[in-house]
Amino acid sequence: MWAIETKNLTKEFNGLKAVDNISFKVKKGEIFGLLGPNGAGKTTIIKILTTLLSPTQGEAKVWEYNISDQRNEIRNSIGIVFQEPALDNRLTGFENLDFHARLYSLDKKTRQKRIKELLNLVGLKDQANDLVINYSGGMKRRLEIARGLMHFPKVLFLDEPTLGLDPQTRRRIWDYILELNKKEKITIILTTHYMEEADYLCQRVGIIDFGEIVALDTSQNLKNEIKSVDIREPSLEDVFLHFTGKTIREREVGRSEKNRMIAKRFKRR
Amino acid sequence: MKSNNLQVIYVIWLREMKRFLRAKSRLISNLTLPFFFLFAMGSGFRTWNMPETFQGIDYFNFLTPGIIGMTILFSSMFTGLSTLWDKEFGFLKEIMVAPVRRPVIILGRIAGGVTTNLIQGTMILIISLFMGFKITSLFSFLLAVFFMILTSIGFNGLSVAIASKMKDVQGFPLVMHFFTFPCFLLSGALFPINNLPNWDWARFLSLINPLTYGVDGLRAVLINSSQFPLFLDLGVLLIFGLVMIILGSYLFSKTEV
Repeated sequence: MWAIETKNLTKEFNGLKAVDNISFKVKKGEIFGLLGPNGAGKTTIIKILTTLLSPTQGEAKVWEYNISDQRNEIRNSIGIVFQEPALDNRLTGFENLDFHARLYSLDKKTRQKRIKELLNLVGLKDQANDLVINYSGGMKRRLEIARGLMHFPKVLFLDEPTLGLDPQTRRRIWDYILELNKKEKITIILTTHYMEEADYLCQRVGIIDFGEIVALDTSQNLKNEIKSVDIREPSLEDVFLHFTGKTIREREVGRSEKNRMIAKRFKRR
Repeated sequence: MKSNNLQVIYVIWLREMKRFLRAKSRLISNLTLPFFFLFAMGSGFRTWNMPETFQGIDYFNFLTPGIIGMTILFSSMFTGLSTLWDKEFGFLKEIMVAPVRRPVIILGRIAGGVTTNLIQGTMILIISLFMGFKITSLFSFLLAVFFMILTSIGFNGLSVAIASKMKDVQGFPLVMHFFTFPCFLLSGALFPINNLPNWDWARFLSLINPLTYGVDGLRAVLINSSQFPLFLDLGVLLIFGLVMIILGSYLFSKTEV
């Protein structure tokens, strides 16, 4: 059974295809990584799957609910940690979690138990009553992860969860993610720029470029695939650059540039 | 499902209240402008002879309900502004991905906005008592509270509707200058709208301005003297409130984050 299924998913912004005919599946209980250069369409895919955007074409299912007409069911079964912080700075950590729990209509007993449990998990028990504005970047991220887990989601979306964090915090968060996946059997979809992060966490990765999936497999298989090209043992970063090229991306990519890149990609193969 | 909706309205209201009570500067800044109007205009025009409808009424007594209306109008705009701040700081996404229907979110916001407006309006009323305003009975005070709430609901809804059509906070001062101020000046808060020439565009704008009826209703219950019958004020405010809640919910449900 699939946690996520997309079929020919397309999203256009003013005629520009941010997501172009994407189909992929994520297994239940899997940690799945979406990799891609800036502006490749990762966040758009996440926004579609989390019901924040409607696709222009195609369909998708999250936990077997359809994104077009079962939005509330989906919203109940997913947790999200956004790329940019989405906390209320003027509330305390505890209040942020409590707000979320009530929004998802958890009853009082569950609410109190779960908040305590999660504050312990992310190590914010002692700072729970401080205003979030006084938190460090890492503490905010941890609080957001706790919040995303509050309502016992089946699928957790992490959009660049460790962006801008120091290595200690990053490692802590990685370990939480692995632990969550193992203990609470949560399916995790994460987007990232950090290859070592994807390598460390993900059972399978999909590489996205120009709104299309250019590779999708386990990180080991992808490495094996390009082995012949390279002399030394390739890293996931080599795989990534192999599929997406070395050109630095501007935010918006014109049609002609896109075609040029695709032509180049085929030549390289 | 119904109790769930109430719970959501409550928690959004609670958040607004917490933020409001923690932002002391906002409370003060929202009260200063009305206070200065009350102070300066109230003393400056004290000996002014009021025309027909308000004959024999002291200008300060005439002005106070108007300034309460102004307080409600100006601070209701903060509800929209705080929606935009939520968008700017990303918190709106947290609300938008929750399994909650959009109109319920708007009702929670409006409930929060109305409560803060009511607190501020009442504070201005209390301040005016110290400056010489006379309130006739507790009953008229309660009726005033009722009219404050009614006026506030409509303008809160409108403020959310405006905010839903805007991308960011940058454009909000424009709303202040092109909507809020004219709305205040042409509401009869400072002078009776009968003073405006007949068949004049300013008079026309006053007559379609919902705040006119809010201020007039407040005058009717506080100083027992008004331009329109009380039931006209009540009817206009009820319709305005209802339409704005619907418009606000509709436009808000169309926003993408």
